[in-house]
This record gives sequence, C-alpha cells and structure tokens, in this order.
Amino acid sequence: MAHAYTPGLRVTAQAEIEKDRILPLKGEVKVKVGDKVKANDIVAMTELPGDAQSINAMGLLGCEASEVPEYMLKQEGDAIEEGEIIAETKPLLPFLKFMTAKVKTPIDGKIYKISNVTGQVILQEPPKPVIVKAYVDGEVQEVLPDEGVILKTTATFIQGIFGVGGETGGEIVIVSKSPKDELMPDEILPEHKGKVIVGGSYVGIEAIKKAIDTGVAGVIAAGLGDKDLKKLLGYDLGVAITGHEEIGTTIVVTEGFGRIEMAHRTFELLRTREGMRASISGATQIRAGVIRPEIIIPLEPAQISSEAESQTAATDGVQEHAPVRIIREPNFGQIGHVKRLIPELMIMESETKVRVMEVTLADGTDFIVARANVEIIED
Amino acid sequence: MSQKNDPNLKVILATDCGSTTTKAILIELVGDEFRQTYRGEAPTTVEAPFEDVTKGVLNSINEIEDLSGRKFLDGEKIIYPSQPDGTGCDIYISTSSAGGGLQMMVAGVVKQMTAESAERAALGGGAIVMDVLAINDHRMPHERIERIRVLRPDMILLAGGTDGGDEAKVVSMAEQISAADPRPRLGISYKLPVIYAGNVEARDKIGETLSDKFALSIVSNIRPTLDQENPWEARAKIQDLFEEHVMAQAPGYNKLIDWAGAPIMPTPAAVGLIIRTIAEQEGINVIGVDIGGATTDVFSYFKVEDEGIFNRSVSANLGMSYSVSNVMAEAGMNNVMRWASFDIEEEDLRNRIKNKMIRPTTIPQLLDELIIEQGLAREALRLAFEQHKELAVGLKGVQQQRDIADAFSQEASGASLIKMMELDLLVGSGGVLSHAPRRQQSMMMLIDAFQPEGTTRLAVDSIFMMPHLGVLTAVHEKAATEVFNKDCIIYLGTCFAPKGDHKFGDKAFTYKLELETGEVHEGEMKFGDVKLIPYGLNERGLPMKGTATINPGRGLDMGEGPGKKITAEIYGGVVGIVLDARGRPIKFRDTQEDRVKQVDAWTKAFGGYPERKGGAQ
Repeated sequence: MAHAYTPGLRVTAQAEIEKDRILPLKGEVKVKVGDKVKANDIVAMTELPGDAQSINAMGLLGCEASEVPEYMLKQEGDAIEEGEIIAETKPLLPFLKFMTAKVKTPIDGKIYKISNVTGQVILQEPPKPVIVKAYVDGEVQEVLPDEGVILKTTATFIQGIFGVGGETGGEIVIVSKSPKDELMPDEILPEHKGKVIVGGSYVGIEAIKKAIDTGVAGVIAAGLGDKDLKKLLGYDLGVAITGHEEIGTTIVVTEGFGRIEMAHRTFELLRTREGMRASISGATQIRAGVIRPEIIIPLEPAQISSEAESQTAATDGVQEHAPVRIIREPNFGQIGHVKRLIPELMIMESETKVRVMEVTLADGTDFIVARANVEIIED
Repeated sequence: MSQKNDPNLKVILATDCGSTTTKAILIELVGDEFRQTYRGEAPTTVEAPFEDVTKGVLNSINEIEDLSGRKFLDGEKIIYPSQPDGTGCDIYISTSSAGGGLQMMVAGVVKQMTAESAERAALGGGAIVMDVLAINDHRMPHERIERIRVLRPDMILLAGGTDGGDEAKVVSMAEQISAADPRPRLGISYKLPVIYAGNVEARDKIGETLSDKFALSIVSNIRPTLDQENPWEARAKIQDLFEEHVMAQAPGYNKLIDWAGAPIMPTPAAVGLIIRTIAEQEGINVIGVDIGGATTDVFSYFKVEDEGIFNRSVSANLGMSYSVSNVMAEAGMNNVMRWASFDIEEEDLRNRIKNKMIRPTTIPQLLDELIIEQGLAREALRLAFEQHKELAVGLKGVQQQRDIADAFSQEASGASLIKMMELDLLVGSGGVLSHAPRRQQSMMMLIDAFQPEGTTRLAVDSIFMMPHLGVLTAVHEKAATEVFNKDCIIYLGTCFAPKGDHKFGDKAFTYKLELETGEVHEGEMKFGDVKLIPYGLNERGLPMKGTATINPGRGLDMGEGPGKKITAEIYGGVVGIVLDARGRPIKFRDTQEDRVKQVDAWTKAFGGYPERKGGAQ
C-alpha cells in the first residue's frame, strides 16, 4: 500500500508515558525506583551557582594585580556578608591605618576567585535552590544517580501544536459546549480557579485575561490569534521557543493560529477525562530539539485497558483511509480521510510541483492537497 | 574514510540534513564526467515521534530509489560499495544544520580586533554566533557572566592578546567564562568545549582557569600580531569539535557519523567552500546567499588590492520556516507586503505566518501564499545582507597585512568591503530560491533584496545542492567541480541597474544591446520601470554573450560616475537581461493604490506570476 511520511501530533486515549525529570546540574535524587509519586512531589533537588560579580580589587587597593592576594582578608571559598571588608592595604606605620585602602563586598555570598593576573576578585552570591517536581502522577522507573529520574505513567496523552507558560496542572473542566465554539470570557467562572479549562475553536485575549484573573491553571483551545498572543506577551514572538513566560496561566493550543474547530477526537477525549487531573505544559520549541506542548492525564488502575495503544502509530507514515488534518490554506484546519496517495507530481495553483494526495473532507468533497500540507491525526 | 580523489568513487550519495528537510542527491560517473542524476527529499526527523536524524536520511534516499528504480538501502543500511547490478554507492557523505546548527559564543579582548577576528573564525567554521564578548563591550563582568549562562552555547571560542602581549585581559575573560559555568545544552555529563586561540604566553594560566570545568582545546593565536589574522586552525578545531561533541549528542547522529565516508560538515561551511571556489576559479567578486528554514547565510568574496577577502555571516533568526515569524517581526508588515500586488488583513497575515512557523514543512499551494512567502524571503534576504555588510569589514586572510591605523579607521567608519558596483556575480541558494516555480521569481527576489548596482550576473543553485558539493570538494574535487558547472548552477541572466534617485517617468538610461545572435535591442528606460529581455543559453548550455552600452541620465551612475556611459558584457541566462530603472535604493510610489499598481507592473514585466484568481484581498 502506498504511504507517505507526514508529521503528526499524538492524541492518544491510553499510552505508556515516560517523563524525564532531570536536574539542570548534578544534585540529589529524593526518590527511589518503584516509588509512587504525585505531580507535586519533589523528586530531585540541587543548587544553581549564585550570580557572580567582579570587583576591580587592584584598582580599589591601588596596587599591582600580583599584590592583591596578600591584601585579601578573605580567601577563595570564604563566606562574605554585604558591606564586609574583604581586602585592605597594609599601612606603612600602624598609626597610619586610616590611610589604608579597603574593599567592601556589595553582596552576601562567597569569594569565588582571587586573580593575581587580572587583579579582579570574583564574588558569588549564595546558590539558588532548584527543585524538580514529578509533574505527573506515576511511578519511578529509573533513577539516574545525581541527575534525576525517569517516571512512568499510563495516561491519556495529547500533544498541542503551540503553547505558552510552563508546567502546571489541575482538574479538567470542559467549558465550551462543542469543538466549534469559542471559549467566551463570561463562561469562565470563579470555580474554575486552579482548574484546566477546555474551550473549543478559539480563545481570545479577553477570555485569557479572565482566566488569568480567575486563577485558572491552564487553558486548552484549538486556536489562538497572533495579535492576541502579542497583546498577552507584550512583544511579537519571533522564534517559537516558549514555556518560560510568566503570564499567570498556561495555554495549550491544539490546532494552530486562527479560528479552527478542535479535532473531535481531541475534544471528546478531553470530555471523557473531565474531572480528572491533567498535567500540562505550554513549552514549545520548534528547532534545536523539538518540544511540543502536552496534556498528560494519568489513568487510575481501573481505567487502564490491557492493550495500551502503540506509541509509534504516527511513525509508519500516512496511508490510504488515514484521518488527516489540512494544515495550510486552502481548507486550513479541516479534517478528512486520505482517499488516495497520488504517485505523480502535480502542479498546484501556485505552480509549485509537488507530491500530492486526495483527501475526502468531512463534508464529503474530495480535495487534492500537497502531501506536505497534511498531518496525521491518530485514530 | 575514502582517500581524496579516489578513482574508485563512481557512485556518490550525498545528503544535507537541513533544519526542515533532508535533501539527498545521487552523483554518478556518466561517460567520463560526473553528473548529478537523481534527487530525493524528506522532512528532517529530529522531532518526535522519530527523534532520529537517520530516518529522514533514509526517507530521502528512499525517494531516490523510487525515482531511479535502483536500490541503495538494505533495510536501514546503505549498501557499499556499488555492485555490478547497479545497487549501492561507493561513498556516502553529508552536511548538517539540523537541530539548530552549531551555536557558539566568542570572546576576545578588544571588540574590534581579537573579538572580531574570533567572530569571523567561528562564522567561517560554520557556526551561529550567539554573542560576542569583549572587555570593551560596555557590559559589566557580571552581565557577561549572566549572558553566557542564559545563552548556553554549544561551544566557546576565546581569543585575545597578541603573542607576548598583555595576558591579564584574556585571563580575565577566561575567569568570567569559568564563573559563568554554563549549564550544558546537551546533557549533564557533557563538558562544554572551549577553544583557546589567544596569546600563547597566557596558555598555562588559561589552562589553570578553565581545564577543570571545560573540555579545553588550545590552538595557535588567531591574532598573533596586530596586523595578522590566522583563523585556520581555530576554524578546523571548531569543525572537529562540531562532529565530536555537538553532533554526537543529537538524536541519531552517531549512526550518521558511522555511515559517512568523510567528516560531516556544518552546512554553511560547505556552502562557503563552494562559493569561495567559484570566485577563485573565475577571479571575480561574488556574493552568495543560502536562505534556509531557520537561518540565512551570506557569503562574499571581494578582491581588494588583488587579494581576495572571503567573509561569511549568518543571521540566526532569519529564515523561511522556523524563523519566518521573526522575519515579519523584524521587517514589519509594511515591508513584507510592499512586494505584493494585493492587500491582506494584518490578523490574517499574522496567523498565516505563525502557522508556517509552527508547521514549518508546509508549502504554498495557493498563489497568494506563494507571493506572501516570496515577500518574506525578500525581507529576510535584505536584513541578512545588511548584517553581512556590517561584518564584512575584516582583515585580509592569513599573512595579509593591515596596520593598526586601518583597524581604527574601519572601526570608525564601519567601512564595508561590499561594493555593489564591483559585484560580478550574485548566487542564490536555499529552498525559496532554488525551488521557486518560475526562475523569474528567483531573479526578482535576488534583485529586490540585494539591489545590485551597475552590471551584475545572477545565478541560482538549481535544486539546492551547494552544501552537498561543498562537502564533496573535500573528498573528490573533480566530481564536485564537474557537477557544479553542469548541474548545479543555473545562470539567470544579467541585471543592468543605475545607482541613484530620479523623478518617476524621467529618463533613467538609454540602452543598446548587441547580442551574439545578431539581434540589437535599443531603447530608453523611464525611471521607476523595469524590463526583461529574454536571452538564454547556447546549445552547450552556456550563457550567450553580447555587449551592452548603457547611457545613464543625469545623476545616475552605472559604475563610471554619474551620467557617464558604460560598455559591459552581457551574459544570457534562463531568465534573460533585466533593465532595472527603479533606482537604488528601489523607489516605491507613495500611496498604497499607486504602489499596488507599480508592483503589479514590475511583476508583469518580469512574467513573475500567473494571473491571480482573487485570493486574499
């Protein structure tokens, strides 16, 4: 059977998910293999080196670089407190002590380096603690000593196409009535505080603001407008590297920019998981090690069926009858099934000569589309 | 590894793993010359669910198998060597810019001297330079430390001090790098490579400062004296470390390195090698550009006092897919849409561009989408070229002299080496230029973005194979040269364009074109107009020639001074001769309505697009 390689985002009712929970620097792992963890449990922690500051001790002391070490009152590694004198020249005579030059530290921390080459003293602020939480409910499958853990969970797993905001979680609440409906501000209620709310085709800036004001943990919707994104972030996002924004909530967009009906399967899957806890992340990186936003809903043992879905359904390529989404104009956002993969190159309206497929859209019409302009939807 | 120019190499399979697509080409000995015979491409597979670059490579080779009807793969292995039944190849080679390419920080002592030399060396080695640190960069030490931590480079190049000169400043910079102790981008156990290419006398102190925390390599000083620049050893080390440290960390690359019969080269280094080879072989001034999905590289080779100076710049966030949204953000909507003969709602345009960013492998199926994409390409190329002009002020190559007074005068004036009036050949590469449905579109994009002055030949890489030929040059120069001349470069034609400004409708220049065919074209160009005269290739596939006499109007310059007549050689091409009287810089009409008509007239003069059916309004 003909096939084509096409990218696709995972929308899976049940999958075995592995999550690496790794420290940025070596540190201490707080759990062991087999431990059951909850999303908010700390699994590893470390300390990041504090910010460094450089002091021109040579200039302040009025000496040569090579003389700086002998005037130091504190040595490398010594703790220091803001305002403390860390270096002082020696007076020629004891009663001339008032004429000595002194160096005071502007920060708390420690002496990192005393250079007899440059005459600089580098100070380091106290280390900053960093904790890594489990993020998802699951079981510790592997401990990477000093680095972190790999967690395993059986969960519903949905990849978004774009997101903003970091890792968070909360109970799923379906707010929009259907995948066609825009998430409206007046639909966001006080009881949605701390929840992950699900909209339909679109979420606009007013609804996002309302969600932030209400304390909603996360918003899931099919589409977002770029103008609204700019208003939300306060700048024009040039390169898709997100996840670090502190906007007060996390947004996961499942389909793209503009008003697009959410894939029914995604919406229905979320509906069946209403009331359960979802772990979500808006982190998106579309180059240098691609990261897509995600929704992970760990399943209770009673909900797990014996046959977990394949993790690699999308890797085999698109085949005839496969459900696909059109991801570029014309018919952007529409869903259909592959009618046939046409082997010959065809010329499009733009005169681009490309490999194509014929897709039957949801309304029954057949449509020739560049293979590059569809993505697989897992069925 | 294969020996250079190995006579047993008759079937060569080459890939370029780009950030968006992996392109495979087949090169074979046909008769007594090498030719490129088949090509395949597939999405690059660094993204889940594949997360293995070799999948994209195999898929692209699969396409070659489909098209050629021959077998090169045995399951997931490339068949070596070629067999009597036509299966397999004799060598597989590759370039790569997948995974964001090589991202470096460079540091030196004086920004305009050692730091600038270090930047050029890193760029020449194929890197994206994330930031340039220098003692006089107007930042506090803690700001530099913070910057290193935030950017998390793949590699750092540290230069500074002439041999035997001051040691303190370069050691100070090393201390700041040490204090930053950047978190590795590619895993905890990865030790960040630092290349030291500064004052030889400071090597011990640099070692003491950096060797515990970093994978420190020491190479000869990039700036041994003030008037010498020696980037070669540092560049070679960058490329070694690229494969050894950076690529080895990326998903699937260990397998790819095993497959390859020659070191995998960063894509820009390979393209630079080819551009430089063309310029040196023909003895001409060349600008080359490679516009990719994530980045745009500009290469230039200009003769100054009979010595060629090669420069490369990379604009890390100007590209046609991953970075397309940044092109819009940097250029602005008005600049992007000034090239289109229709209007579109800002919200609609923004969403379309963002959708291209998040789904970077899609292609424009509708004409309006193509026109918008080519408008974005013009702006990406323009912005990248502006950045190149700022950087191409460098020293001459190794053993070439520049005294300190020159160095300071360059700093003051920012004197660019790029002189558009002296440019002989402009070569474009990258999907949007190589795969434009009409070659006229490629020529329009290049002219609009670079705005060549006087007389300039233009060419494109036929199907985007300059990276492959660049890496092939290192293995089999004869094969690379033959394929370059026969199959890679497509001559578009010659552009005649006076520099200067005038009133719309006034005489810009008169022309007389005496062609090899015996035809003579004579006429007058009004300021603001553009005209295309088709004039192609001869039966051997080479550009037909002729002589042009151009007499510019008052205040307009074709290279001999304002209002002075010139005579120049014409080279035909698949598009032809362009008489461009739009001024330099190109002058647009003031009102939106007039501008739309103006751009429509230019497009029609070029035969650029089919008739629009409506589309976006």
